[in-house]
Amino acid sequence: MWEYAPAPESRDIANLKPNYRMFVDGQFVEGSGEPLKTVNPGTEEVLAEVSTAAPADVDKAVKAARRAYDRVWGRMPGSERAKYIFRIARLIQERSRELAVLESLDNGKPIKESRDVDVPTAAAHFFYHAGWADKLAYAGHGPDPRPLGVVGQVIPWNFPLLMAAWKIAPALATGNTVVLKPAETTPLTALVLAEIIQQADLPPGVVNILAGAGDVGAAVVSHPDVDKVAFTGSTDVGKTIQRQLAGTGRRLTLELGGKAANIVFDDAPLDQAVEGIVNGIFFNQGHVCCAGSRLLVQESVAEELLEKLHVRVSTLRVGDPLDKNTDVGAINSREQLTKIQELVESGDAEGAQRWTSACPLPDKGFYFAPTVFSNVSQAMRIAREEIFGPVLSVLTFRTPDEAVAKANNTPYGLSAGIWTEKGSRILWAAQKMRAGVVWANTFNRFDPTAPFGGYQESGFGREGGRTGLEAYLDV
Amino acid sequence: MAAPTTPPPAQLPPALADAVRDDASLRRFLHGLPGVDQVGVEQRAAGLGTRSIKKASKMWAIDTAISMVDLTTLEGADTPGKVRSLAAKARRPDPDHPDVPRVAAVCVYPDMVGTAVEELRGTDIDIASVATAFPSGRSSLKVKLEDTAYAVDAGATEIDMVIDRGAFLSGRYGQVFDEIAQVKHACGDAHLKVILETGELATYDNVRRASWLALLAGGDFIKTSTGKVSPAATLPVTHVMLQAVRDWHTQTGELRGVKPAGGIRTTKDAIKYLVAVHEVAGPQWLTPTLFRFGASTLLNDLLMQRRTQLAGHYSGPDYVTVD
Repeated sequence: MWEYAPAPESRDIANLKPNYRMFVDGQFVEGSGEPLKTVNPGTEEVLAEVSTAAPADVDKAVKAARRAYDRVWGRMPGSERAKYIFRIARLIQERSRELAVLESLDNGKPIKESRDVDVPTAAAHFFYHAGWADKLAYAGHGPDPRPLGVVGQVIPWNFPLLMAAWKIAPALATGNTVVLKPAETTPLTALVLAEIIQQADLPPGVVNILAGAGDVGAAVVSHPDVDKVAFTGSTDVGKTIQRQLAGTGRRLTLELGGKAANIVFDDAPLDQAVEGIVNGIFFNQGHVCCAGSRLLVQESVAEELLEKLHVRVSTLRVGDPLDKNTDVGAINSREQLTKIQELVESGDAEGAQRWTSACPLPDKGFYFAPTVFSNVSQAMRIAREEIFGPVLSVLTFRTPDEAVAKANNTPYGLSAGIWTEKGSRILWAAQKMRAGVVWANTFNRFDPTAPFGGYQESGFGREGGRTGLEAYLDV
Repeated sequence: MAAPTTPPPAQLPPALADAVRDDASLRRFLHGLPGVDQVGVEQRAAGLGTRSIKKASKMWAIDTAISMVDLTTLEGADTPGKVRSLAAKARRPDPDHPDVPRVAAVCVYPDMVGTAVEELRGTDIDIASVATAFPSGRSSLKVKLEDTAYAVDAGATEIDMVIDRGAFLSGRYGQVFDEIAQVKHACGDAHLKVILETGELATYDNVRRASWLALLAGGDFIKTSTGKVSPAATLPVTHVMLQAVRDWHTQTGELRGVKPAGGIRTTKDAIKYLVAVHEVAGPQWLTPTLFRFGASTLLNDLLMQRRTQLAGHYSGPDYVTVD
């Protein structure tokens, strides 16, 4: 037997500091909230202490953002704004190893993903939007689209740096100023991004980053001087925000949960479909709002596909997020692990057939072995609720119409996957699918040029691409 | 198929026995195989290529790769002297380190087999010979069978045949099947490796079909390339072929081998192939009886890297023998 020797990336590269502070008005400052301790989910050790914001700090940050908008950023020519954004993009590339290691430490995702996906895609978002800054009149949103003002942004813990980039880059390109709150469990890379923003010499107050828990997020989104709110996170919180903003005239975009279907027709390229299913649900430990958490497979190939899937999932290497050969890292928090366990138990109780990879798990840290449920029916909780973990529910269908009906039978509608070699069927199914993103013969591919967003309880508004600019423009 | 003169190569399960009943069945079977998505297979190959193999696992990989090399010379300029020095290299790849494993085989043209046999007598190194009008395969079946018999009579223990790509690309699968089956018969006890020349088949769908065709016809190994056509072996093509032998095993219980050949020159590349063998086919394929590298320059890079692992520093190409 060939055992791969441990190949850990050095944690020194992360330049971990004992304390991290908030970034307000161009300065790193202590917040007056209770400091929080951020934990490495791979080992359960405390990584650093992070100062958090109190309501007064939120107000200070919004005021700084308003000042920066009125005096500098809102009136700066797009070609000048572009220079700053390009600089941020290049600095992310220059510090990519540091950011990747820090992301894996704080979030638990495998280093190969933070290194090959999160950080390069974050840089790509800044590069892409920098290019738009002086071309907004040609983006199809009217001849003279104007910025909105101060935007409040709250992002989740599953892609801490990448979500910050998704939010900040378009806001800056369109001439808005930003108050951003990263997730409570993963504040570190956003605060290093603040260092980069300082390094790029962005005028003070254009970007402000406040750490803290949900109460800080609530203070940001409900602040009366915030013109636009962008939120990525759970559907429950999204609904609360929508209620808060109703009637205020302030703009809102929400990117919420999902329960995406990955549909495999009997004429699919099966080996690559298996890869796509694995990538769809086990990428980032399944902590992906657009994860392909429901597999819909045509009955005539279900047995063959499931056998191949089990074999493939057995080869996934679960463990130390910093090991370059790790495929599935740590669950982000104990709370999330408990939630996954609870939902998996409901699957057992409701009679689904559970298969779990026999891979070894580390003794310490939050880990969950890749799990596949078969004989799942639409009525089960594991088919309806977002698990947000490495758990796949397999359902079968007989005809294309049934596949579409089952795929759409969810209150969510963020993404979908279609696997078939028949081009006409791809176009037909994509038309029928109520989902913001439909992938054909691939899954979980992200590109700054492609708009991303949902239907129904998955939220509204688009991020990325030409369409995504509209959310930050008065058109 | 034009009245096969040889019986079906093995006891096939009913679904596969049906596939080789006649020309039409064979075509239906091959065209009914699931397609291969180009983007997907290339993405998977690139992803697996990022595995980081260090320390003991790297040392193991280097030694395993050395033991899988079919040390090859296939030149018009080959002479008995050249083959003798190649055989010496095969016996003792690194004279300073007698613990280096020997290679799996030497691979030569049929007229050089006699020389190789003499030089390798007393070792368990296999003698592979290309045959069947290598590399183009453009001759009559009669000539191809005689070419095979010539090599086997001279002492070859393994035959690397080429398929008739012209017949394959024009859809005459039965003809390709018959040729492989008859060459297999002509091989006697010698192992048969079937060269698909994937660089000329062009699509991954074709690679999958040709792989199954060769397996159905009795090939012990499927091999990517002659080394005379570019591109030769690539990682994604090898992935498709590894999937084929794995699926073959699932359906028949038989283990068949894979040999990428041509273009694999560095230890780094070789390790990527071993990772693919490990994770796509499975750990049981990590043996010279089921996986080979067709290569000439790869061996010296493996030896240099092996020395680097042992000494902790790089010594350079002058410290390994050039044969």
